[in-house]
Amino acid sequence: MPQREEPESLEMASTAQNLMKIFRGATTGPGQQKASPVTPQRLTRRSSGLVELSETLSSQDGLRVLDLGATSPGNIRYLTELGHKCYSEDVLLASFDPSLVTKDDQGNRVLDEKRFLSENLVYEPSLFDVVFCWNLADYLDESLVKPVVGRFWTALKPGGMLLAFFHTRDAGPDAPCYRYHIVNKDTLEMQHIVARPEAGPNPGSSGRAYPASKTHFRLQRVFNNRNIENLFRDFASIKFFLARDNVREVLVVR
Amino acid sequence: METAKAPDGVRGEMANLGKSLSIRGELSGSEDLYIDGQVEGAIDLHGNSLMVGPNGRIKANVNAGSAVIQGKLEGNIRATDRVDLKQSAVVLGDIATQRISIEEGAYFKGGVDVQRDVARPEAKAAGISSGKAPSPAAATAPEPRKS
Repeated sequence: MPQREEPESLEMASTAQNLMKIFRGATTGPGQQKASPVTPQRLTRRSSGLVELSETLSSQDGLRVLDLGATSPGNIRYLTELGHKCYSEDVLLASFDPSLVTKDDQGNRVLDEKRFLSENLVYEPSLFDVVFCWNLADYLDESLVKPVVGRFWTALKPGGMLLAFFHTRDAGPDAPCYRYHIVNKDTLEMQHIVARPEAGPNPGSSGRAYPASKTHFRLQRVFNNRNIENLFRDFASIKFFLARDNVREVLVVR
Repeated sequence: METAKAPDGVRGEMANLGKSLSIRGELSGSEDLYIDGQVEGAIDLHGNSLMVGPNGRIKANVNAGSAVIQGKLEGNIRATDRVDLKQSAVVLGDIATQRISIEEGAYFKGGVDVQRDVARPEAKAAGISSGKAPSPAAATAPEPRKS
């Protein structure tokens, strides 16, 4: 009967609205509700590579650690509290500097590798004890991967360690790009990052903000074990850890 | 664009370089300084505070007691007490200080060296201590993460 159903449905709608208000924490009426900001979900994961690396981090003092990625206050705090000197550099964002893009003789788009290397990862040889490379290689332009790994080799001390993550093929091309924040000696917090226009400044000469891409950082390729071994063939040793989340952790020693 | 301001209680006691001012050379003094303009050269505040407003564009090495950065700074910062990088900060250079706080969203490229006693280089050479008690916590907790 419509006359009965109407109040019931209104009451149910009202109850649902109130419930939604509780969930949203809203106090305003319908139509006046402000869009609440969406908190990016941060996941945590255990890292076997970090566990192994943490032995070095906790047993020695005054190490020089290079943390690649967007500025992470948590990582800086964690590493400096252990008495280390922390260097921060966002190489992936820097690789999206549009002024690096040129064209070759055939008109194909290429990145100015020489200029990129003259402005990024410029450190004296054998400066670092540890490099956190994270998942950089998976998202970096193909032309920059080998030169950047070469820079790591130069910048690391003999015996220095590098931690890198690689997606397995199962992850798929739309695997989200994460910034990793160290929580403790075996746990990482994963923050999904996107290339935002206002994401960062141009650390080069122009001083402009990066236009960056309009969407997420895209997985450029998937390295298999052989590819990874080739990539780090100049290093002394390499150790693989296969995680459950389609990520292969690699701990490399210079 | 709204002109950013230092906290009123603080700014009243600070020397102030407005956003239309541009200075090239060495800036030194013994009082707190708020810069919202452009400075290229060197800044030495002898243990006093430097605050760089959101319009501030600095290309200089900085020696100060503390530094709060909201704008862009290219150069090394040596602060005997603390360094705060606010959300809008862009810092390209190395930081040596006793305590550091970096807000989520700040852009930083360089090294952070948290030292118990960051004395001025010349003071260290002369064997003069900063006179401040060493901080038990090397680095302060960052600001709460924002969505």
